[in-house]
Amino acid sequence: MEYSKKVLDHFMNPRNVGEIEDATATGTVGNPICGDIMKMYLKIEDNVIVDAKFKTFGCGSAIATSSMATEMIIGKTTDEALVLTNKAVAEALDGLPAVKMHCSVLAEQAVKKALYDYYQREGLMTPEREKMFKILDDDEH
Amino acid sequence: MNDQLERQLKEAEHSPRVYFDHAATTAPCPEVLDVVTKMLKHVFGNPSSFYKEGHKASYMLEDARSKIASLLDVRSDEIFFTSCGTESDNWALKGMAFANASKGRHIITSKIEHHAVLHSAEALEKRGYEVTYLNVDRFGLIDPDDVEKSIRKDTILVSIMTANNEIGTIEPIGEIGAICREHRVPFHSDGVQALGAIPIRPRELNCDMMSFSGHKLYAPKGVGVLYKRKGLHLANFMDGGAQEGGRRAGTENVAYAVGFAKALELAVKSLEGEAKRQTRLRDRLIDGIIQRVPHTKLNGHPTKRLPNNVNVSFEFIEGESILLLLDALGFSCSSGSACTSSSLDPSHVLLGIGMPAEIAHGSLRVTLGRSSTDEEVDRFLDVIPLVVERLRVMSPLWEDYQQGSLAAIIPEEGGKDVPIIGGYDFS
Repeated sequence: MEYSKKVLDHFMNPRNVGEIEDATATGTVGNPICGDIMKMYLKIEDNVIVDAKFKTFGCGSAIATSSMATEMIIGKTTDEALVLTNKAVAEALDGLPAVKMHCSVLAEQAVKKALYDYYQREGLMTPEREKMFKILDDDEH
Repeated sequence: MNDQLERQLKEAEHSPRVYFDHAATTAPCPEVLDVVTKMLKHVFGNPSSFYKEGHKASYMLEDARSKIASLLDVRSDEIFFTSCGTESDNWALKGMAFANASKGRHIITSKIEHHAVLHSAEALEKRGYEVTYLNVDRFGLIDPDDVEKSIRKDTILVSIMTANNEIGTIEPIGEIGAICREHRVPFHSDGVQALGAIPIRPRELNCDMMSFSGHKLYAPKGVGVLYKRKGLHLANFMDGGAQEGGRRAGTENVAYAVGFAKALELAVKSLEGEAKRQTRLRDRLIDGIIQRVPHTKLNGHPTKRLPNNVNVSFEFIEGESILLLLDALGFSCSSGSACTSSSLDPSHVLLGIGMPAEIAHGSLRVTLGRSSTDEEVDRFLDVIPLVVERLRVMSPLWEDYQQGSLAAIIPEEGGKDVPIIGGYDFS
């Protein structure tokens, strides 16, 4: 099994690692028994994600997908970030080995978990948006 | 810390790589390469053929067999060439099971065997055999009393490895073999990791069968050996021609058999010195890692341990990411993390010694060899704290621990004998 150059780059030089102290929303997914946990911090202003940071316990692709996911959502509106799929994250990394696709699912779930927290708290949850969170019920981990 | 890591990464680009995965495989040594290439060039005959080229090949094959037999202190007709250690294990288990199906259908093995044994046992279970998988203690040791207690009237085989490939624990197989002999139950031991590392004489160890592999011994991949005590009935595994006494058909891999014999000769010759040398390097690594990296424990037994094996768990981080960073720093190592296998479960050996999955995921195996040096150990001890620190800073578990919301499983001072009771409590 070999990773793409992009996966290795995002693993060796992860973007946006850390915490946001005054984060608007956070989402944690995964569990240590399965060997990966992702924690996503979002700073949201006027429905725009102005900053995103992550912390991940996991393998190379778990760290790389977290890093890529933060890059893909910074500057986007929350509704734009909501349509981010695990496939898009994997494609942006020039693909992941088949056994590692669950890592990209975890990255999508982490973003969505934080957004769910945000929409709920701000009273912005609508039936349309609610539909977008189905992946959080998937028990990949 | 990060600056230091960046500097080490740059330096690694110009430094020779450090191969620290000798339990996975070894590079064929020059003497072995020499005899193998000479054989391939000059002795191409089929040992079964009735003319000069065949006789020559047959002579070389039998010479290799008798050399191996003498180095193991057994008879030549007790040595059978196979294609690998896995084949030897499969043959020992299935051959014994099929030969004794009318006598009994119960087999005893352990939970921490190599997959070549475990999956053979599982395959036999699907065919109506019953298998007892013995537990091991927290060091990975099998209790000979447990073997004795598990022996039944219908037990047809006990299979316990000589030394574990992941955690390096050396099992009391001499004692287990004696118990088996007393109860007249054949005893097989997978000696793949042990051969060349510790003295192996199957008769002294009371083994009726032992499996060995060439490529763990500085011979090429593609050759293994099964020792089978004369008189022990074993069903054929490969049917066909009359090779290997009619017990293992298929034209013999003469060149590699000769290579195996050469490799074993060299290994036995250097064993005492190498064992001493590698044990010293091993203990430098174990002590150095535990001292430099907080929340780190040794896996396996501190002293009943292969001279070349280091296996540690670093809490709060995951093994594959450790391997990737070490690879970038020029080190080839291995891990029992799920992410380095195709399954989602961490190593069955680490789970078998009672480690919670969250700790098993953060394991690292370093296995030394003849090429390993003090300089390599120094280099490794320089970088390992940087690697662990880098990954811990990224880990939400480390963050929770630092903030006091998560209790550590491995105490800060770590150690060689840290009892682990349970996993994280998130309630």
